[in-house]
Amino acid sequence: MTGVSSTVRRIEPVSLAAVWIREWIVFVYYWRTRTFAAVVEPVIMLVAFGFGFGKLVSHVEGIPYIQFVGTGAVATAVLFSAAFSAMFDSLYKRRYQRVYDAMLAAPVDVEEIVTGEVLFLGMRAGVYGVAPLLVAFCFGLPPAPAMVLVPLVGVLTGIGFASLGMLFSAAATTFDDLSYVISGVITPLFLVAGTFFPLNRLPGWLRTAAQFNPLYHCVELVRHCAFGLRPGADVLHVGALIVFAVLAWRLAVWRTRTRLIV
Amino acid sequence: MRGVVKAFGAVRALDGLDLVVPSGICYGLLGPNGAGKSTAMRILTGQAVADAGSVEVLGHQLPAESKLARARMGVSPQDSNLDVDLRVRDVLSVFARLYRVPAGDRAGAVERALVLAGLSARAQDRAVTLSGGMQRRLLIARALIHDPDLVLLDEPTVGLDPQVRHELWSLILSLREHGATVLMSTHYIEEAERLADRVAIVASGRVVAEGTPDELIRAHAGREVLDVHGSVAELRSLADRARADGLATRQSGPALTYLHADEADGRLPAGRRRRATLEDVFVNLTGDYVE
Repeated sequence: MTGVSSTVRRIEPVSLAAVWIREWIVFVYYWRTRTFAAVVEPVIMLVAFGFGFGKLVSHVEGIPYIQFVGTGAVATAVLFSAAFSAMFDSLYKRRYQRVYDAMLAAPVDVEEIVTGEVLFLGMRAGVYGVAPLLVAFCFGLPPAPAMVLVPLVGVLTGIGFASLGMLFSAAATTFDDLSYVISGVITPLFLVAGTFFPLNRLPGWLRTAAQFNPLYHCVELVRHCAFGLRPGADVLHVGALIVFAVLAWRLAVWRTRTRLIV
Repeated sequence: MRGVVKAFGAVRALDGLDLVVPSGICYGLLGPNGAGKSTAMRILTGQAVADAGSVEVLGHQLPAESKLARARMGVSPQDSNLDVDLRVRDVLSVFARLYRVPAGDRAGAVERALVLAGLSARAQDRAVTLSGGMQRRLLIARALIHDPDLVLLDEPTVGLDPQVRHELWSLILSLREHGATVLMSTHYIEEAERLADRVAIVASGRVVAEGTPDELIRAHAGREVLDVHGSVAELRSLADRARADGLATRQSGPALTYLHADEADGRLPAGRRRRATLEDVFVNLTGDYVE
């Protein structure tokens, strides 16, 4: 009755589709709460910083501050929705609900589960990332043709952070363990990405460190989509995000496999 | 499985396990808690990898061809791993896709599984709202969604009340009648005795006896046994004497049970004779008390 051929590829589209469908069914159940959390938080941040700091700082790098923050908040929305979902949901599914054990009893491998889930979360993050941009339009951000690329930037960044989230989730034993990740990794990434202030005001060593922050490359790409593409620099930003996504994905597959297959 | 060894740190969960399951029968893996039954099940599903030995399932070598084997297997685990937040129908629908049931057959497969599990009326309810027995039926129905050739049932009735246990036994018997091979681990003697065509008794990670329940009883307990009740001191004295006389006994709670009572030629004390059971064999071979 089943359709598994005698030769098996490492990642089969039919397995990815099955993982996706499961994610989609769960999403349909919980889309309101998940969308609220993922979209409203960056939007509140945008409004708060925009109106708060916006009164003190009129322009940054020639851009009205609220538009500067609005474009930066896209990356925040992507980071939060991808990384947090990957960390908490996959720990719940692995350790408490043991859904992965159930899936692995079917003809699906760990690599397909991880890949299917990070692709789904990446796509979702790409959609959620557009919300702050829409709000920024209300605050006078002028639409630009290259903005159609923003969801793609969000998807690429989202895949990387979803993979990173799954990696941390696989390393964690309890939800409390993830507090270290939030405080020690996510928060610094979030703050030193150029979302709320330009990095060129930071000390040299911190500016250098920021170059290794994937979120910084996402922020730069989104700003360039909004205020003018810079092809040379943007290719490097895209390259950095691809390297990050591939590295995080492979590490997530490896660590999750060591957790699930004993 | 041939000579399968699996260790977790210093603990050897499987210690040279040999197991051959003929097709088309219900095969019972009977052992006390910690005997290695669940580890054997996890190796068969590719979720654990043997340290030594070889494993072949439905003609596929594991772990290399695990995926091909899993496509033809259905698994109901000891501990529930249902997507309890999903509706019953969605649980089955997701697994119909994971098991690659062709699109045209999927809806029918889900309906058949609902009927099999007796859950058609609860199809739109979330799995979390089902009783323990219903969830167990759903687990089994989920394992059967793709009409597998081999069904692995790991302690299928553990923790369930007797009524639900009997319902599940009917379900398991119907699987065998439909031609599926069933490998069922259990530590309930009655379950193995009623359902299994053949039984392997597992202790400390290896098979200590194998055969049909009748063969095992004849070989290890005889046709009749004798239960003798008395004080602890009396029973200890009787056990010492039996050992000296070369008679096989086992402690069974407040009694001492003489095995092979029909062959003892008047050397036995007064007591209550009864037909030997698989429990006599099991306790004799594993040295454990069982539920």
